[in-house]
Amino acid sequence: MKLQDKLINSFEKFGQSLSGSETDSLRKMRTEGIEVFKNLGFPTTKDEEWKYTSLNKCIKRDYDFGAEFSLDIRSEDVDRFLCTGIDSYKLVFVNGVFNASLSNTTQQDKFFVSNLKDAYEGNSELFNQYYGTIADKELSMVGLNTAYAQEGAFIHVKAGAVVDKLIQILYINSDSSRSMMNQARNLIIAEDRGEVQILERHQSLSDEYVFTNSVTEISVGNEANVKHFKVQNDIDTASLVDSTFVKQGTKSTALVDTFVFSGELTRNNLHFEFTGEHAEAHMDAITLLKGSSLVDHHTFVDHAVPNCQSFQMYKGIYDEKSKGVFNGKVMVRKDAQKTNAYQQNNNLLLSDFASIDTKPQLEIFADDVACSHGCTIGQLDEEALFYMQSRGIPLKEAKAFLMFAFAGDTLKNITIPELKEQLVNLVARELKVDLELN
Amino acid sequence: MLKIKDLRVEIEGKEIIKGLSLEINKGEVHAIMGPNGAGKSTLSAVIAGRDEYEVTGGSIEFEGKDIMDMAPEDRAHAGVFLSFQYPVEIPGVSVTNFIKTALNESRKARDLDPMPAKDMLKLMREKQALLEMDKQFMSRSLNEGFSGGEKKRNEIFQMAMLDPKLAILDETDSGLDIDALRIVANGVNKLKNVDNAVMIITHYQRLLDHIIPDFVHVLYDGKIVKSGDKNLAIELEEKGYDWIKKEIEA
Repeated sequence: MKLQDKLINSFEKFGQSLSGSETDSLRKMRTEGIEVFKNLGFPTTKDEEWKYTSLNKCIKRDYDFGAEFSLDIRSEDVDRFLCTGIDSYKLVFVNGVFNASLSNTTQQDKFFVSNLKDAYEGNSELFNQYYGTIADKELSMVGLNTAYAQEGAFIHVKAGAVVDKLIQILYINSDSSRSMMNQARNLIIAEDRGEVQILERHQSLSDEYVFTNSVTEISVGNEANVKHFKVQNDIDTASLVDSTFVKQGTKSTALVDTFVFSGELTRNNLHFEFTGEHAEAHMDAITLLKGSSLVDHHTFVDHAVPNCQSFQMYKGIYDEKSKGVFNGKVMVRKDAQKTNAYQQNNNLLLSDFASIDTKPQLEIFADDVACSHGCTIGQLDEEALFYMQSRGIPLKEAKAFLMFAFAGDTLKNITIPELKEQLVNLVARELKVDLELN
Repeated sequence: MLKIKDLRVEIEGKEIIKGLSLEINKGEVHAIMGPNGAGKSTLSAVIAGRDEYEVTGGSIEFEGKDIMDMAPEDRAHAGVFLSFQYPVEIPGVSVTNFIKTALNESRKARDLDPMPAKDMLKLMREKQALLEMDKQFMSRSLNEGFSGGEKKRNEIFQMAMLDPKLAILDETDSGLDIDALRIVANGVNKLKNVDNAVMIITHYQRLLDHIIPDFVHVLYDGKIVKSGDKNLAIELEEKGYDWIKKEIEA
């Protein structure tokens, strides 16, 4: 049976298994979700938004999607995928199921860090107020996720609260007997003046195929500040479709900073919407790919109100047969005067077989705005390489210096020193050098 | 130290160096002068190992070893230093980090451990003072937004840090005002000793007023056509290159 049909056909049984344990409104959302997926199916390259990225290879495979609790993972197995050396809250999911013993949750007066399931079972009023209201319900991958998603991160920061530690969300796949499809779902709510920083990672420990369809909703209240870092460094049998939706209130700041180093296929849908004025959105990304990995960065920034700013800085370095896509859409609606939208996509192609499709899309309906975009595709500067070599720096290290210098300005928004150091180290490891790059 | 024999170099099928021979011994300062397009910069780039040039004949030996097949970094580790006419800007890499890496890579090639941070800092301070450089200079991105004079001082600073056996200064005087010229020349003179050698490539006499050459060679049309002592440079400054061209063509 085709994966699509299997997902549609299994839904009824899945719904029955949940009956009684969930609220009517959640059950209704699930049903609507599967309907959207039934109508649209998996996206294909005929869809304008998926023109350069085919899911064919991923969806031709057979996956299981019944989550099973696993006890055979210990903290030693997952520590290396976490930012270490700092105190943090942790939410660890193994094969789609929350693992309390590996996690470090908190339920304080001022903020909550817990499993989503606990949130809708215990705090359904707040859950109902936000869940499913930020994501675009009309997208088939969102519909599919909504139909099946049960677990994921739930972070609630109350008004004026500052979460004192980094929150790490880690999705582990350890099933070595079957290919798995996971529907991860995160809900992050920062109320007015709340502040939180989050690191998210999906990691497979087995070499079976994994296909993760993740949806994250982030509500950023007035004057709130949310930073969300994503490390996408999975093995070559893992694919990820990540759809992240951010809704920002007045004078708020939000950052999504993505690091892509590997994985079979990675698709990032990043959707920012401003509902209050004087808000600021930042999207940074470093992509360092080789092999035949593919990454597709799709961004959409909706300037619906005046006086907001958005900054996109996407740097990509593609080697061997890797492939990249950048599609950055900025919508400036009629009333969104004094918008400042900046978009930059710079790429280095290191091999004749690597490729990048880059497409800025600016749709501007206001007349008093500053919008700029630029994209470049180039190679490493030979003259600069020779200069460094002539000072005794070997070619490999010289290349690493240039590549790091090329990508490094996307690191400027990382304020936690330990996190920055470890992300820089990840970059250095990808560049295969033992250098102090920063 | 450096022995070039009957060197022939082409770029994109065009011969630039047409049978050039030159010997530089330790303790010596050589000046290579000549009109534009004579092949001066090509010569320096070929010695340093730039691979876009094709060597079609002859040989280059450094310290008794054929260096023709050596990568630029290996030549640097052996003790060759080239000060660029146009130093390259590398945004995002600080002067400190760059020179530290360069120095430690060169130590690694000699099976030495990285220089302890304290010693490195001390050495940097000392050489910075020699080139009259600002402290904040060190944390700036390499050559990015540097003035012409700053770039050249930074080149000689790096030379001072790396302590090469042979320093090739390619038009180091171009773009320098009088003060910077004095600082740069003073730096080179301080670094000069009986065990190393300097090869100065220049159009003009003015740098040679500060760094006195033992030998002056005129490079013209890919060959050394005339050699002499420091007085040859003065003569060239007075009379230009035309008389040499006439002498050759005669």
